[in-house]
Amino acid sequence: MRTVYADNAATTKMSKTAVAAMLPMLEEFYGNPSSLHTTGQIVKEKLDEARADIAKCLNAEPNEIYFTSCGTESDNLAIRTAAELGAKKGKKHIVTTAFEHHAVLHTVKKLEKQGFTVTYLPVSAHNGVLDASEVEAAIREDTALVTIMFANNEIGTIQPIEEIGRICREKKVLFHTDAVQAAGHLPIDVKKQNIDMLSLSAHKFHGPKGVGVLYAKRGVRLVNLMEGGAQEKGKRPGTENMAGIVAMAAAFKESCANMQEVSVRLTALRNKLIDGLSAIPHSALNGDREKRLPGNVNFSFEGIEGESLLLYLDDVGIEVSSGSACASASLDPSHVLLAIGVHREVAHGSVRISLGEDATEEDVDYILEKLPPIVADLREISPVWDALEKGTMTHRI
Amino acid sequence: MALYSEKVMDHFRHPRNVGKIDDADGVGEVGNVVCGDIMRMYIKVKDNIITDVKFNTFGCGSAIATSSMATELIMGKSIDEALELTNKAVVEALGGLPSHKIHCSVLAEEAVRAAIVDYFEKNHIEYDREKYAPKEDCEHCHAHDE
Ligand SMILES: Cc1ncc(COP(=O)(O)O)c(C=O)c1O
Ligand SMILES: [Zn+2]
Repeated sequence: MRTVYADNAATTKMSKTAVAAMLPMLEEFYGNPSSLHTTGQIVKEKLDEARADIAKCLNAEPNEIYFTSCGTESDNLAIRTAAELGAKKGKKHIVTTAFEHHAVLHTVKKLEKQGFTVTYLPVSAHNGVLDASEVEAAIREDTALVTIMFANNEIGTIQPIEEIGRICREKKVLFHTDAVQAAGHLPIDVKKQNIDMLSLSAHKFHGPKGVGVLYAKRGVRLVNLMEGGAQEKGKRPGTENMAGIVAMAAAFKESCANMQEVSVRLTALRNKLIDGLSAIPHSALNGDREKRLPGNVNFSFEGIEGESLLLYLDDVGIEVSSGSACASASLDPSHVLLAIGVHREVAHGSVRISLGEDATEEDVDYILEKLPPIVADLREISPVWDALEKGTMTHRI
Repeated sequence: MALYSEKVMDHFRHPRNVGKIDDADGVGEVGNVVCGDIMRMYIKVKDNIITDVKFNTFGCGSAIATSSMATELIMGKSIDEALELTNKAVVEALGGLPSHKIHCSVLAEEAVRAAIVDYFEKNHIEYDREKYAPKEDCEHCHAHDE
């Protein structure tokens, strides 16, 4: 059976380049970069190289790159840093959006409990794309931080980061962006885009899991989430995950080098998939059609539930994810879909298909062959669809 | 380990007794679309025995599998026996469910009961209203509505 792994927003397969970069770090270059002898110093060089490579892809300086354990840690570190710096000056207000990743949302929620005020900008007006002027309007005298994701992990919508960066610079407010979904897929230039802090995670661009980066502009003094040794200028202590870091750098360099070509090809496939799925009655694309990640398709199908669709797709080798309540442990449908104004009942029937860079036309054709009849079958057994058809319930889409 | 056992997946992939009964003696619908699971059960009753049962479900794998299993468990049973069906029995018959999926199975028990109550009402049969009163809403859905 054909397998189409279409859950690349959840994680990606490591690239051959990344694996090739990683293996010698496990077998040959096992030294501790803090050691002063040759075995250690060889590894220290690899660490410096990785840092320089990543900095270059972001147009940052090597000393602005901090290695972390994941995107979640980078988000926590950035937000806590801004909160602490802000609090020292009596600034206890944060601007974010309603559809951030939980790594951001739960961190600012915690700060709310500690006396911060948070503005959650709505994202429903333009189908998941913010208007930068709304950010401007939300900034106050006491704003310590603006944290807005580069691209959304569920619906793939891309935010006007450069404009937001410019506004924050003018208003002298720290600007952090969770670029976990964007890094390696969209051009990033921290200088041009006026980004003060940026989070990324290796496993979203064909690197390994469990390693990430926080870029923090020179002059932004990070707080410590952990106390320990002198690694990462003492800000992020703990012996470095060398295999992860070196593989991440290799994957990032490769993804950035191939970005233009991959993006053009994937966008065409994505659009074909969107057009094909749009032929299913009472279905709708979630999120702006143009301002979205090249590989992201997120659809709602009325009258059915997403986990069932996901499982039936899995049976034919198509692997996706769902925003339904039942597909999550929380029993709530996706906060992202609710934030962009999707009705709860429709949000349950949504799936995210995130194509990877090796996706082919055949993969898309296969999805378009298999998915519509599954939706039809599920509708056939659905009392909701029955009610919609009979008119005792009104269609939302 | 997969999310669901083979038994659950079998009922999910090949649900038994799917469909409608146009001249049903009792129809029960429980759950609500805002929460994400809805079950509708149809029963035919003859001489106090459930002679046919069909279901329609909008819901996750667990909701579909538990509906299917519940229909198998009450088919051919007396009304009294069917009223005794618990979600625990349905889950056990399926060889277990992940803990966060138990709530979906509660609906199967409620749907069977709702169909039987409908049968009682239609046929003016006395029953313990307090015990079997239809639930207004699926209460398990509201704990998480902050
Ligand atoms: C937008 C976004 N932020 C943060 C994260 C967390 O990254 P990690 O899994 O590396 O902690 C993810 C990944 O799920 C993400 O998509
Ligand atoms: Zn469920």
